[in-house]
Amino acid sequence: MAEAKAVANAQVVTLKPAKGWLGIDLKELWHYRELIYFLTWRDIKVRYKQAALGITWAILQPVLTTAITSIVFGYLLKVDSGNLPYPVFTLAALLPWHLFQLSLQKSSISLVGNANLITKIYFPRVIIPLSSVLAVLVDFGISVILLFVAMAIYKIPLTLNVLWLLPLTLLTVIAALAVGLWLSALNVQYRDVQQIVPFLLQIWMYATPIVYPITIIPEGTIRYIYSLNPMVGVVQGFRWALFGGAPPDMTLLVSAVAVIVLLVSGLFFFRRMEKTFADVV
Amino acid sequence: MEKDTSIIVNGIGKRYKIGAFQERQDTLRDLIVNQASKVGNWFKGGAPARRYENIWALRDVSFEVKQGQALGIIGRNGAGKSTLLKILSRVTDPTEGYGELRGRVGSLLEVGTGFHPELTGRENIFLNGAILGMQKKEIAARFDEIVAFSEVDKFIDTPVKRYSSGMYLRLAFAVAAHLEPEILVVDEVLAVGDADFQRKCLGKMGDVANSGRTVLFVSHNMSAILRLTQESIVLDKGKVLMRAPSAEAVDFYLNRGLSKMGERFWEEDEIPANSSPFKPLAIRIVDKSGQVSDSVRSVDPITIEIEYELSEDITGLRVGYYLFTTRGEAVFTSFDTDSEELFREYAYRPQGRYTSRCVIPAFTLNEGRFVLGINASSYRIKRYFQDDQALSFSVDASGAPGTHWPEPRPGAVRPRLDWTIEERGKA
Repeated sequence: MAEAKAVANAQVVTLKPAKGWLGIDLKELWHYRELIYFLTWRDIKVRYKQAALGITWAILQPVLTTAITSIVFGYLLKVDSGNLPYPVFTLAALLPWHLFQLSLQKSSISLVGNANLITKIYFPRVIIPLSSVLAVLVDFGISVILLFVAMAIYKIPLTLNVLWLLPLTLLTVIAALAVGLWLSALNVQYRDVQQIVPFLLQIWMYATPIVYPITIIPEGTIRYIYSLNPMVGVVQGFRWALFGGAPPDMTLLVSAVAVIVLLVSGLFFFRRMEKTFADVV
Repeated sequence: MEKDTSIIVNGIGKRYKIGAFQERQDTLRDLIVNQASKVGNWFKGGAPARRYENIWALRDVSFEVKQGQALGIIGRNGAGKSTLLKILSRVTDPTEGYGELRGRVGSLLEVGTGFHPELTGRENIFLNGAILGMQKKEIAARFDEIVAFSEVDKFIDTPVKRYSSGMYLRLAFAVAAHLEPEILVVDEVLAVGDADFQRKCLGKMGDVANSGRTVLFVSHNMSAILRLTQESIVLDKGKVLMRAPSAEAVDFYLNRGLSKMGERFWEEDEIPANSSPFKPLAIRIVDKSGQVSDSVRSVDPITIEIEYELSEDITGLRVGYYLFTTRGEAVFTSFDTDSEELFREYAYRPQGRYTSRCVIPAFTLNEGRFVLGINASSYRIKRYFQDDQALSFSVDASGAPGTHWPEPRPGAVRPRLDWTIEERGKA
């Protein structure tokens, strides 16, 4: 009867109508940590299945984009990349950008893509966009190696500042998750989001100093407004951590604050929408 | 909540808005248009128009389940069974009411949820286990047991997209069955798989119920309800009609004509143009008492009615049906002009409306779900109309020969045959 006793001592779960704005339940999220791990693992595992080049795509994508931007902006339009070779200048920005872009693409469609889970099984829904963002980190890790190779080819030395890439990467992931929470929840209700995301990302990319240096944006108020785009601070930080030069100033702080505002509002919005996912998706 | 109570549900209700978000505002454009017109109305001084209807899928449902009890939930399609299970498994929140559950709820709502076709059997066991709420070490500990139960050991490292549907299902059920939650919710999983596997599943569920865990069992299979549960509740239109010992509840359900459906009408756009001059109108299953029913008893005669219209006179027409099991095995085929007599009388049918009616005698079919396909043709001249999945219905075998042994019997038919036993003296 030991088993029956265990049953009697089991946790009691209540069922009641959800009301109002709910915070995020970190304890519950921790309880479901293995599910986060398995869903992330699934996304990684499945992404390049039945692709002849497999994981090589994680390298090919930044290589091809760097080649295209280097030809168009570096060679033809002669954009000023300071004393850096243009390909390295742009690649250093493309890496965090790709991380952000891919995370956003994946997370915005993640809830709809996992509708079969949402309509059948209970778990904290935030796990779905979260694990789709985490899965993209693997690609990012591979492409960072590519960057180090490129820097070695151009004989650019690494300094200890390179450690700053870790917090900067975290900031990128949180930024992508924050926007992903908004978009994935909206996409459950309005599939228009799926149509909007490619344009949003295109605009966003040109609003980030990837193919051009930040110096072409006038300093002062305009620069601060520009820095509300979280990727401005991230890209500036990446360039500084890798190549030195002027350390990140207020732009990074403004970007970080923007990320926090997005994340907190995104979490609340997500939790509010969450209770209707299973009925609407 | 008392220690020995497993589930308390108190006045639970679930309302769906039909026509609000589900239909009208699925795109931003609709939302903008609607909001704009609301603002417009507001300026005009009128209240915003209500554009949706409220549908209560479940209303005022209350019951209690003691720990270790197996409770059956019976009701026809749309009675609210799935909504109730969704609320109990916390997939969706109730609109009103309150409930408490003691312990982990494991749901077998469509087994295989979260299976990914590209992943191997082994990988899917871990993934699916995690989705169902198992810890990694729990899954690892039961891994061999799960594989043995599913009988797919040879293909465990093959992507499941290469599995046959039977293998896929066995693996999926095996994972879910080894979850060992405190409360197990089972919905219609027994409708699938071959007879052997079904027996195995029933056995496994019996074990779960005997080990002190609570089972909620939803099924159209009345024999399985009777076999696995002591008590059942009958749901209709979102309300609990009765709660009684299962035998009583099943009787109530089968005799009250609550098991509707059992009828199919053809819409204009479902009929191919080349079927003219034959036009199918309806097909229905009628039980002993003359009620249209989706669930009939093996011990009663079953009537099948096919209604159709001929827009021109036809010579040599025969209208009939194929009877299949849900696994696609043909049981038999029968046409309205099979008898010489009717064949001569209806060799020529003038235009008009007709009903062809066929009675399957009592004590013919075994329990299970059957599919009717219809065919209207003139032999060797033309096939006017054919629909292989016109209608499906369930047969309940309670009271049929041999049901005093509570085991499923292989075979689509369960005829009452004459046996004699002759005693030939002492050996």
